[in-house]
Amino acid sequence: MAPKRSKGAASRASSKASEKSKDRTTDSSSPFGSVEDSGVPKDIFPMVITTATQELFECRIDEDLTKDNPFKCLKKDDILQDMRMRAAVSDFHPVKQMVLDYPAEEILLVFDRDFTYGQSFYLVLTEEAKERTLNPPQAVEEQAVQDESDSIICKTPEPISWVSLGSDLEIDEESVVDTRARLKLKISRVRREFGAPVVFSDRNASETPDGYMECMPYQDKNFSIQLLERSTGIQAVPNRKSSTTQTIWKYPRNMYTQYQAREFTAEDKENCMNSENLKNFVNLVASRIEIALQQNEIMDVFFDDWRALSEEEVVFGGKTETHLKEYQSFTDLKFSKDKTISSINWHPTISGVIAVAVTERLSFEERINDSTKLLLNPSLILFWNFSDPLNPQLMLECPDDVFSFEFCPSDPNVIVGGCMNGQVVLWDISAYAERLQGGRAGGGSSTSANTNTIPGFEDKHENETPVMRYCAVSGIENSHKAPVTDVQWLPEHFEVSRTGVPLENKNLMCVQIITCGPDCCVMFWDIRAPRVAAQPVIDKQQKVEQTPLENPNGVPNTFSHLDLSWNPLIRVNLPKIDSSGEYSPLKFSFRDANENQLGGGADKSHHNAENSEGRAGYAQLRVPSAKQLKVLEDVSTRIFVGMEDGELIYTDWKMEKDSDSGRLFSAKPSRCFFVHDGPVNTVRRSPFFKDIILTVGGWTLAIWKEGVMHGPIMLVSCAAKRGTVGHWSLSRPGVFFIGKEDGNVDVWDLMEKTHEPSQTQNISTTSVTCIKPWIVSSKQHLLAVSDNFGTLHILEIPWALRSPVSKEKLIVGRYFEKEVEKLIYFEKQAEMRVKEKKEMDAEELRKKMEPAVPERVVEQIEEKSLKEYQDYLGLEKVMLKDMGLLPKEDSTEI
Amino acid sequence: MAEVEETLKRIQGQKGVQGIIIVNSEGIPIKTTLDNSSTVQYAGLIHQLMMKARSTVRDIDPQNDLTFLRIRSKKNEIMIAPDKDYFLIVIQNPTD
Repeated sequence: MAPKRSKGAASRASSKASEKSKDRTTDSSSPFGSVEDSGVPKDIFPMVITTATQELFECRIDEDLTKDNPFKCLKKDDILQDMRMRAAVSDFHPVKQMVLDYPAEEILLVFDRDFTYGQSFYLVLTEEAKERTLNPPQAVEEQAVQDESDSIICKTPEPISWVSLGSDLEIDEESVVDTRARLKLKISRVRREFGAPVVFSDRNASETPDGYMECMPYQDKNFSIQLLERSTGIQAVPNRKSSTTQTIWKYPRNMYTQYQAREFTAEDKENCMNSENLKNFVNLVASRIEIALQQNEIMDVFFDDWRALSEEEVVFGGKTETHLKEYQSFTDLKFSKDKTISSINWHPTISGVIAVAVTERLSFEERINDSTKLLLNPSLILFWNFSDPLNPQLMLECPDDVFSFEFCPSDPNVIVGGCMNGQVVLWDISAYAERLQGGRAGGGSSTSANTNTIPGFEDKHENETPVMRYCAVSGIENSHKAPVTDVQWLPEHFEVSRTGVPLENKNLMCVQIITCGPDCCVMFWDIRAPRVAAQPVIDKQQKVEQTPLENPNGVPNTFSHLDLSWNPLIRVNLPKIDSSGEYSPLKFSFRDANENQLGGGADKSHHNAENSEGRAGYAQLRVPSAKQLKVLEDVSTRIFVGMEDGELIYTDWKMEKDSDSGRLFSAKPSRCFFVHDGPVNTVRRSPFFKDIILTVGGWTLAIWKEGVMHGPIMLVSCAAKRGTVGHWSLSRPGVFFIGKEDGNVDVWDLMEKTHEPSQTQNISTTSVTCIKPWIVSSKQHLLAVSDNFGTLHILEIPWALRSPVSKEKLIVGRYFEKEVEKLIYFEKQAEMRVKEKKEMDAEELRKKMEPAVPERVVEQIEEKSLKEYQDYLGLEKVMLKDMGLLPKEDSTEI
Repeated sequence: MAEVEETLKRIQGQKGVQGIIIVNSEGIPIKTTLDNSSTVQYAGLIHQLMMKARSTVRDIDPQNDLTFLRIRSKKNEIMIAPDKDYFLIVIQNPTD
């Protein structure tokens, strides 16, 4: 059986190979069939098993092995035993070797009912097949069963003709087939060279042009198409860019917010006030507050005693020095010889420059006698500079002797002066301002240190003192009829209208002047050009004439509009209160005067410099219409005027309108005080108290308080010598200086003594004519004193007199208040006394008118006394009786 | 209310007292003896200062609290007495 099997297997194998591809599809559905392939697989042995064997192994057909259960496992030993027993007869003889080789114990016998392998039984020879048979794959169990049955049936599939499904086309394409017959080339040599040696050589292909064929790449035009249109998708995305900015500094903008503080309404406040909460709070807190308040009252904890002790600067050896030290003295041999100085003024801005008005020292008669001589000698105002004690810096020419002059506070180059003939004079020294500031040495043989000048071409007059003529004089007809004794500038913040009403001054420059003189009037002058009247034709003509006359004497034409035609704005008369006639004023003082004599000209000059750039010259200023300007309410229009007869009046300069004639006239003064016994030569306000005034006249000096109308708050009379001039100290509220006619300067210190001067110092041999203090710096205070000989003495005020004691102003103020109270008290007492006197007089009168009454009275008194005596006797009796001392006479009465 | 007025009058009557202001916790003045603009100014400014002072004290020690604040200046002294809901400002001129 073995060769048979192998052949069968081989034939099967070959048929399998040729038909593998064809049968694969049909066999794929039957795994069992594919496993077993067509025909009999190698490990299956179909065999016949006789009935006897069947019975032996219990595998009878249709009894033990049925269609449903075709498997039977036979023990290998049994089979071997059977084979030994029946040897060649056994059915298992052909598989003897197989069985012996079989590894396992049991061999599977399968009943092959359908004769799948040709016989009714087959034996599975391998374990795998056994497993396979026993345990067919379960997934396609049913199909497997069916396929098994199918495959079992059609073991050998018949070849089907191949249906082409199109795959052979691809295969044909892929296959490489000769498209044409192969060319055959026969290369042979020439017969005669057969067998000849062969010579081979190389040849470079690129040398010969046809040595090779190349296929160059070329740009195929088919592919270079210009893209004309292209549709692309785009997404719009905002472009982000980071940058920084900063506000431009050059362009600041104004920003503001407005807010208002929160407040409660009245009802809310009421509610709060009434709440319990507040009550408790206040009760709680009040005690703390009161303790703190009282602590403060008891003692000032922060008061530095040590520092207060050493408040005063330590001056070596100078602390007790109270003398006025002579600093410098100015005399001009040429110009001030035999003359006297009538007025002194310090230059407000330039330090070290002082101006002095020099006048003739002659009485009225002598003046008349020497009038011709006087005309030849012009009167002068000299400017002295500390750097040059011998030569004045500048000289101002005056039409006549100047008794008083003043620098303009807003423009120190303008000076106004009052002359002896009653005229008011104006100077403009702007041309020489630098000269004054430079303080060049003038006169004599001193060479100037000016390096600009070319030698040989020097100005001959350079070293001489320049003389400057006045710019403008007032018209003689309307000026004062007596010497102008006092001139003052109105401060720059207000001006006065035609009726005397103070108005706001928009120019912020001093434009008005007040003058007074013994011709019984006080005049107001305006240095601006008056409003143009309806005479333009005449003016034009005048202008045409005047143009060639500009600056004839080197005089600047700042005030040319005023020259010779200057008239006063207001004329205030001073009628007497009680009688007819008028007062003749010598000096005056008004409240809001810009007393700029305090020195320290630095900020002042700066202020003026600012002003001068922006303002027009005086010539361009016009008197504005009174209606346009604002009336200033707080400016006092009252002035104190000191008279020639020693009276001091208090009057108002405002003019009143007379209802009958419509003319303006001045009111009568409100008060007149007759205190001094000589002409009042000083009326000065204290720089510290705006309402305290010092007046000096005759042998008395008095201090007044504005508003106290009873009298002076301090009066010192009966001095030894007449006082000629007085001035307050600029740094100490309680100190003032009095000049005497014997050349003494009295220093009054109200902190020390109030009944006499604290010290007296002799300055010169003749009387003192003017005193003016000045503060140069905090360490240097100077006092300018002029005497009758024309010498100007500059004294230095010692530390003791210039530095104020602590709280000096307070103490002095209190002293004045006390004095005022005293005055008031005296007044009251006086009134009371008057009343009492009246009463007493009345009583006496009454007594005189009733002579009969006293008699009666006497009788009554006698009766009364008699009755009393009798009562007394009765009382005596009773007493004696009680005491048992009654005399025997009365014992009878018992 | 009368009690409150009386106490305030008593404080006002002390020597040198220039003014009294009662301010609530938000800084709105309730009662004052000064003029309106000064009052509003004082109330606003001192309220802030008081808050700052109180927070300072409490930051240092949370159990502590501000009881009194005195500001001494050249011209006068300002005394502030705080409380939970209100505070009292008194301005005194001690050296007068």
